[in-house]
Amino acid sequence: MEIRRRNDHIELSELDPFLAELLRQIPTSADPGGVPAAEQRIFSSPTNGKETETCAEWKTYVEPELRRLFQTATQTVAGDLEQLNGNEKSLANRTLRIPSKHADAWLSALNQARLVIAAKNNFTENELNDHFRSPIGSRRDLSLFQVNFYGFLQEFILRELES
Amino acid sequence: MAQIKEMQRLTHASNEQAGTITTAEPTIEKQTRSEEDLDLPWQIIVHNDPVNLMSYVTMVFQRVFGYPREKAERHMLEVHHEGRSILWSGMREPAELYVQQLHGYLLLATLEKIC
Repeated sequence: MEIRRRNDHIELSELDPFLAELLRQIPTSADPGGVPAAEQRIFSSPTNGKETETCAEWKTYVEPELRRLFQTATQTVAGDLEQLNGNEKSLANRTLRIPSKHADAWLSALNQARLVIAAKNNFTENELNDHFRSPIGSRRDLSLFQVNFYGFLQEFILRELES
Repeated sequence: MAQIKEMQRLTHASNEQAGTITTAEPTIEKQTRSEEDLDLPWQIIVHNDPVNLMSYVTMVFQRVFGYPREKAERHMLEVHHEGRSILWSGMREPAELYVQQLHGYLLLATLEKIC
């Protein structure tokens, strides 16, 4: 896979089918799917637990706003990912172009996906810091790889935003 | 809570526009906290999260609080090493808005009363 900045977009080229599939899974992975640990992480408490009234108001008025914000980001990303649709069974490499104006949506969706996957798998800090773990031998290993791959993309987008 | 009050104001205004006001009673905001409570200084604390990237957290601090990169990095490192950092302190309403923005970036942030 190659990743580079073009005029008004970030281009991911030479995407093999495996990485293309991981990218396609971003919107689904970002969905807490009713798993309590993931829901709690995405919609964390605004207080240290002492302010029960604030927490109740937060759930009523702020959480729906946050939910809409996160949903908008994943929908933007899902739209960009449609470029990868159509020849799922082909082994040919693909190219994905992310418009620069969608960079924030991608940062958000990638972050949501990483947090949800980590919460669902209950990854430890040691596991998350082990960036060279291989080979992928289980579903859990694959999820960890997914977290790291999405993190790599986040880092690249962040660098591009700074430059 | 600022958002609640704003929502009530907007609802009231939109009802007026649609000409659907059916009662003469004014909107009374429920008093949920004492004045003293609102005036107390509050602080915003960001807690460590091993998933969020350090560069991402720095960017969020710069964007939300307008901190220069060095200051944002100092807070990010404090979160990383100490487990938490006090990012801001002041009145409750702006503090709530800051926490809402931080949650929008998926950071673990809480609002705490300074004792």
